[in-house]
Amino acid sequence: MLSVRSLQLGYGAISAVRDLDLEVSPGELVAVIGANGAGKTTTLNGIAGALPVRAGSILLDGEDITRVPVHQRVGRGMSLVPEGRGIFARLTVAENLDMGAYLRRDPVGVRADLARNYALFPRLAERRSQLAGTLSGGEQQMLAIARALMARPRLLLLDEPSMGLAPLVTRLIFDTIRAIAAERVSILLVEQNARAALELAARAYVLESGEVTLSGPSEGLLTSDAVRRAYLGE
Amino acid sequence: MRRWLFIQALRLPLVPSAAGASASPLARGMVLALAVAALLLAPFLVDALLGRAWVRVLDLVMLYTMLALGLNIVVGFAGLLDLGYIAFFAVGAYLYALCASPHFGLYLPFWLLLPAAAVLAGVFGVLLGAPTLKLRGDYLAIVTLGFGEIIRIFLNNLNAPINLTNGPQGITMVRPIEVAGVSMAQVHSIGPLSIPALYNYYYLFLALTLLVVFVSIRLQHSRVGRAWVAIREDELAASASGVNTRNLKLLAFALGASFGGIAGSLYASFQGFVSPESFGLMESIMVLCMVVLGGMGHVRGVVLGAVLLVALPEALRYIGPMQRSLFGQVMVEPSDLRLLLFGIALVLVMRWRPAGLWPSPVRRREFAAAPAAGGSASTGPEPRP
Repeated sequence: MLSVRSLQLGYGAISAVRDLDLEVSPGELVAVIGANGAGKTTTLNGIAGALPVRAGSILLDGEDITRVPVHQRVGRGMSLVPEGRGIFARLTVAENLDMGAYLRRDPVGVRADLARNYALFPRLAERRSQLAGTLSGGEQQMLAIARALMARPRLLLLDEPSMGLAPLVTRLIFDTIRAIAAERVSILLVEQNARAALELAARAYVLESGEVTLSGPSEGLLTSDAVRRAYLGE
Repeated sequence: MRRWLFIQALRLPLVPSAAGASASPLARGMVLALAVAALLLAPFLVDALLGRAWVRVLDLVMLYTMLALGLNIVVGFAGLLDLGYIAFFAVGAYLYALCASPHFGLYLPFWLLLPAAAVLAGVFGVLLGAPTLKLRGDYLAIVTLGFGEIIRIFLNNLNAPINLTNGPQGITMVRPIEVAGVSMAQVHSIGPLSIPALYNYYYLFLALTLLVVFVSIRLQHSRVGRAWVAIREDELAASASGVNTRNLKLLAFALGASFGGIAGSLYASFQGFVSPESFGLMESIMVLCMVVLGGMGHVRGVVLGAVLLVALPEALRYIGPMQRSLFGQVMVEPSDLRLLLFGIALVLVMRWRPAGLWPSPVRRREFAAAPAAGGSASTGPEPRP
């Protein structure tokens, strides 16, 4: 599905991500964990195309998309849920979802996906004509995910969906992510909440100062001493 | 009361959806017919009731409506603050003046110059837009302000070494518009009806203003319009939804500028004279005020803003003679009063109607919701289940 090879990303003179290799297989849920400033969001923005790639390559279904601009990657089946949710605060919930389907030309399919999203997030259905900015943090996160799903992606990029949410709400969001993954959507999840991410994902990468230091099946990482000490506080 | 009628005449055709949503088709037709009649008769009525000078004001109202609607595309729809918008008006005006005056001895026809002004201004719009794609808010405002001044200073100084613009003296004797062999500057008569020059311009400007209004409304409800709103709200999220933010921002700049260019070319022929001093920063701010006061992003509101800000200062001219008849002398110069009242009006509107005098339902909703949502900090990390 997604294959990232020796990716280099940075801002100005600062090199933020070095030599990153990453794979997501079809239908797989993969997590990237790491501390603040490890380069998780940079990695995801680079994959989504919001940040120019300095070196390396990004392949989607075997096709090189390294130089493809952000908006065209959406059409190729890759949707980003940006950090801090990035909803259109002064549009209604329904209008936000409508924007998610911006590139689609199949009104029937869009309507069906809208109904599925409202079934997946009943909270959003209740608030469909409310301004997105007036939603609670958890609802905004749900809206951001639902909007990305409206593009009917095959690969969903989630940037820190638990950011600023209460534990109970985080659990709700993570349950939803599991439900989305069950529908054969591949997911690349970037998370600071290492335990929740490892419990959800099949595989994970540990990012430290812009480099992958560990990777493998989540179970192995959950029991590894290094991860337990650094990220699980044990 | 008279002025109310006059304002009403201008806004009526724009409210069919508001007035006619629940009304019967017959009632809607009646409203439309009345509106058309009012717009067609406006110069006759205004002339009879208020005098010939007000017909001229009516013409200016049309010009500024076009300008304000052009700026509304950039500021209102796409959310890009442009403080140098009058530069595009200047580009259109100078193009017309240079190509239809004794300055170069060129007399190109109007039907060629009008689209040329739109295109050239659009090109200037892209020239301004391209280097500022990554800028937003106050930074963009500063660059656009500089751009506006650069254009004006160029016009002021391009009289040497080669005399292109005739410098501060400006270009005089710009030829009036001629449509199908009919000159706008002459009195024509249809049967017993005689139609003075100001009326001719009114009808021409009205036609083009209606076109600009129509294009604006169609744009607002199009895919392009929705993409602009998304860019205004959150650029990364917009591009992550598949919006080509670069092209759409350039399109906003180009379209907005071309409306300004059209208005500019009309202005040059209407005045018969252009000079750099008509295109200062104050003019840009004035047009921006029309957009903001009326209701940013709302076509009807912007039209109202243009009508009020052109007509009210003219109405203030009566204050001078009124003072003389009351006190025997002019105590406050009407022109001083104008800026004072303008400032007060701005403060009052921003305090009590921050979304504008006639905001779109969406904007009204936004401002009503703002206190509950904590304004734009709504994406802040508050853990609320």
